[in-house]
Amino acid sequence: MRNTWIICRKELRSYFVSPVAYLLLAMFAVIFGFFFWNILGFFVFRGMESQMRGQMMPMNVNEEVIRPLLSNISVIGLFLIPMITMRLFAEEKRTGTIELLATSPVSDVEVILGKWLSAVVLYASMLLLTALNFLFIFRYGHPDWKPLVIGYLGLLLQAGALLAIGTFISTLTKNQIIAGAATFGVCLLLWVLEWVSGYETATWARVMSYMSVITHFESFSKGLLDSKDAVFYVTLIFLGLFLTARSMESLRWRS
Amino acid sequence: MITVTDLTKRYARHTAVDHISFEVHKGQIVGFLGPNGAGKTTTMRMLTCFLSPTSGTATVAGFDVLEQSFEVKKRIGYLPEMPPLYPEMRTAEYLQFVGSLKGLSKTELAKRIDYVCERCAILDVKDKLLGKLSKGYRQRVGLAQAIIHNPDVLILDEPTSGLDPKQINETRELIKSLAGDHTIILSTHILPEVEQTCEQVIIINKGKLVATDSVSNLQNRARGAESLLVEVGARNGLIDPVKVQSRLELVSGVTRVALKNKRDNRSVFEVESRKGLVRGDLARVVVEAGWDLNELRPAAVSLEEVFLQLTGDAAAAPTEETVPAGVK
Repeated sequence: MRNTWIICRKELRSYFVSPVAYLLLAMFAVIFGFFFWNILGFFVFRGMESQMRGQMMPMNVNEEVIRPLLSNISVIGLFLIPMITMRLFAEEKRTGTIELLATSPVSDVEVILGKWLSAVVLYASMLLLTALNFLFIFRYGHPDWKPLVIGYLGLLLQAGALLAIGTFISTLTKNQIIAGAATFGVCLLLWVLEWVSGYETATWARVMSYMSVITHFESFSKGLLDSKDAVFYVTLIFLGLFLTARSMESLRWRS
Repeated sequence: MITVTDLTKRYARHTAVDHISFEVHKGQIVGFLGPNGAGKTTTMRMLTCFLSPTSGTATVAGFDVLEQSFEVKKRIGYLPEMPPLYPEMRTAEYLQFVGSLKGLSKTELAKRIDYVCERCAILDVKDKLLGKLSKGYRQRVGLAQAIIHNPDVLILDEPTSGLDPKQINETRELIKSLAGDHTIILSTHILPEVEQTCEQVIIINKGKLVATDSVSNLQNRARGAESLLVEVGARNGLIDPVKVQSRLELVSGVTRVALKNKRDNRSVFEVESRKGLVRGDLARVVVEAGWDLNELRPAAVSLEEVFLQLTGDAAAAPTEETVPAGVK
């Protein structure tokens, strides 16, 4: 556990001494800010419209602002995650520092967990920035905070799963660009798989859409903690980290 | 300290290391010698548990590299060919990271960092970014990293490659000074380096063990089949080198005679011979012919010649002759 923490701290340091972390934080904050402003603008516009018609429609901040916002962040996350994970192992393999890690008295699992955790912490700090926007909603409205917390939990779980997959892909190559591009492709695929459910209801289509990470975010964005979806993400995390461990081990045989 | 038995590493298409066996005793500096691509790095990587052997075993300090890799890793300091530095870290920070990774406690670590910085002469770059260091400093930080946890065994992969002559000397001195506390294996393809720093040599070529012996023994062995320098002079008048040469060539066991140096009344010949007692015969021949034998001495042999002899095609099957592994 101590070693995991040492690795995690080292990774976080290298995120935050290079521009990577700040670039990601800034990009995420700006994009999220834009979405927030847009959705809130539309919400206010609809409020004014219903007032002008003279009939007060029931409006719900949770339903009409927070929920679409959370869904949007989950998709933005798909685009930024490859940038977080691509360097994790590819960089170490390129510079040869992987030899230091692999010949130190730490287990592969500790190294992998440390690296993955650092990626999760970076993503969490990106999410933390977005919480600033919600402060405004709480200042001027009275949304229910529980669905918001569950939504954020869902975001974190979803990102954890994709980060685990990205970590795995990063062990496969020395080239960060390849790792990033492949992770991006997989993330994108895991998103669009859900689209088949739009026109097809056969079993294969249901299976495909079930595999999509977006399908399982649905309930979280509504503020529902569905164990089925949570288990899906946790399973994906385990799968990703397990594959990473196998891949690390195979390095010892392939060089 | 290190025992290697039939160690083999096979990849899909070729065998990088082929049934290598040797032994290294505590406190020794051993040179691991071979041309590029001979399997030096692969062997070292197996000793450090970075690679798993295909077959055979290796133990370090009594622990098996495959079964008890954790114990082995604790006792090994490893400097790969490319020093494993993180360019975005500062020297002290990096040593702190490596030290804690090796399991040192905080108080121990502070002491060790000061110690290794002084030992490896990197005090003046303690707060510099590793990415900005020159090659010589990078190598020394790499070495500092390898000894930070005071390991029993140090494995250094080409520690002097890419350094300038002054740095090479400094690094060699540093490595020599580390012997005693540590058992050291260093790989190189530079022969004088082994002559200067090592007590024992392990020569491998194309993945196969060619020889393991002490440096002086190897030189002696090669010398047995090597050349002699003979200086022949004449007390009165001139001497005809051609005559002397043809006379020397007649001595049994002599394979080649070459005139190396000629002055009015003395000539130096290089006589190559097979192993045997040619020296006495040479002396007798010279004296009986009425010349003076001014000098008769073995020509100095560098490891270079040994190496070429052992790895070259001329010595096609030298493995039979080699002294068994582990003999001091």
